[in-house]
Amino acid sequence: MSMATSGISQVLVLLDRVNESLTGAQAELLTIAERLGDVSVVSGASAEAAAGPLSIKGVREVYVGEGEILPPDVALVDLLETAVKESGASVILGTDTPDAVDALARLAVRLDAGLITSATGLDTDGTVTKSVLAGERTTVSRAAEGPLIATVKPNIVEALLEGGAAPEVTALPVKPAPGFEVLETAELPKSGRPPLAEARVVVAAGRGVDGDLTLVEELADELGAAIGASRAATDAGWVHHSAQVGQTGVTVSPQLYISVGISGAIQQKAGMQTADVIVAINKDEDAPVFEIADYGVVGDLNDVLPQMVEELRARKG
Amino acid sequence: MPAPLHIITLVKWVPDSQLERRFTQENRLDRSEGILGELDEYPLEAALQIKESLTDREVRVSAVTVGPEGASAALKKALQLGADDGFRLTDDALAGADVWATSAAAAALVRTVRDQADFESDDDAEWLVLTGMASEDGESGAVPAQIGERLGIPALTQAVEIGLQAEHLVVSRISGGAIQKLDVALPAVVSVTDQANDPRYPNFKAIMAAKKKPVSAFDLADVGLAPAETVPKVELVNVRQRAARPAGQVVTDDGAGGKKIVDYLAKERLV
Repeated sequence: MSMATSGISQVLVLLDRVNESLTGAQAELLTIAERLGDVSVVSGASAEAAAGPLSIKGVREVYVGEGEILPPDVALVDLLETAVKESGASVILGTDTPDAVDALARLAVRLDAGLITSATGLDTDGTVTKSVLAGERTTVSRAAEGPLIATVKPNIVEALLEGGAAPEVTALPVKPAPGFEVLETAELPKSGRPPLAEARVVVAAGRGVDGDLTLVEELADELGAAIGASRAATDAGWVHHSAQVGQTGVTVSPQLYISVGISGAIQQKAGMQTADVIVAINKDEDAPVFEIADYGVVGDLNDVLPQMVEELRARKG
Repeated sequence: MPAPLHIITLVKWVPDSQLERRFTQENRLDRSEGILGELDEYPLEAALQIKESLTDREVRVSAVTVGPEGASAALKKALQLGADDGFRLTDDALAGADVWATSAAAAALVRTVRDQADFESDDDAEWLVLTGMASEDGESGAVPAQIGERLGIPALTQAVEIGLQAEHLVVSRISGGAIQKLDVALPAVVSVTDQANDPRYPNFKAIMAAKKKPVSAFDLADVGLAPAETVPKVELVNVRQRAARPAGQVVTDDGAGGKKIVDYLAKERLV
């Protein structure tokens, strides 16, 4: 790939949606992009919506379409493809979300290029690190030919962005062209807690909470944590399915993962074993989760959790 | 009589994630043993439910797989669950396939299976491709969109709900903090999540019936691909085993367990 030889690369970052402020994952992605080269952004958002949040030092140029183009509209891929040509990008990055993966996957077919999803590290020599087989292995790979196209996992760097002048916004001649009709859009309930996949602290509930999330929610609020759950807890309907941590749910890699009343079957373990620190609370001393916990307490969560909350409050006070 | 419907469901034979997964000397995942990917049971169930809801229509559910010879076991399980026929694409040139190569092979297989299908009705069959949300070994979730691109049709991924209404697909999926309910005309690719349904278990009658269902094997030439068209675009530099987590400290709650955890978190500078 051209990155190692040409010195500064052109990096194109796809932000499929832009809200009033960037998400943590988007800010991290731009931070990583800036370390790799000259950054431009392509977004399906309108020019007005994109300019504000992207007034960031280091973002040179923002490409948008003619009108808002929302996933899963394939016009987003047309826009991406046009922006790649305009920017001459040799590195194209997106967040590790299904909509970005889909758009970049289609782009990879059009450009005859490889795609690396869920990257946890990108080096200026063009190598990409990722964790595979639910965290069992780490691979290092690179684009064999063509540009490097990758999606990047959240929680891998500290987002360091400085405000800057408004970027130059270029509208490319691509219009929305949805091959579908939107029948309904229902916002998911907002919990006021950080998004699970991006959270630096996760408190996860399992079978042991027996349907009562009160203590887990109290602890999560005290720690500013997201709430996760084992499959047993989501299947029982105690927690929404989108909070399921594990091989068939969300994979999290927070700084701190607190496992509450989860035995830690291998499927669950697969979703959290790359957390920096794992704390487990379970009344069964033989629970497999204790094999991977950095700190474990064998005890009743109804005793341990209230004491934790009380102690955390005391330390803050 | 409405046109026949052909639902082509991709399944994958994957190493059992409950067991230790090994790598070969060439740094490739050892695929000598496997099971039908658990996540592939959801698109199969979705296909069977669509078929069962269309009693006045000729509907065929084909299970297709790209993999080594052993992948026949995944097809067999799919036939036991209710698929009507099975197709396997096996070729040495596909060992070590990346996302790009996998989708090239899968799209060519889907096209071949679609073109060869014979229906009682003379009308052209409508068709639909269903996949799981991700494979349990590759985990990228990127193959469905690439198949859509290669076949020139829409790909709606991560469906939490799917149904066929008046020859249109209605799919609900999570996108950007919202659930969007979309109506799309066929053909389309849909990846189905584990929230979409509860897969059935094969009963004895279904297991016996599966023995009579046809299974075909293809190589790359049979689906019109040259080995050069499935060369991976990503090059693996190295694979490392994750360092085992050092054994932590486990204490029994003596009435101060909660306080001890907070002490530990403070020591680790996490609070």
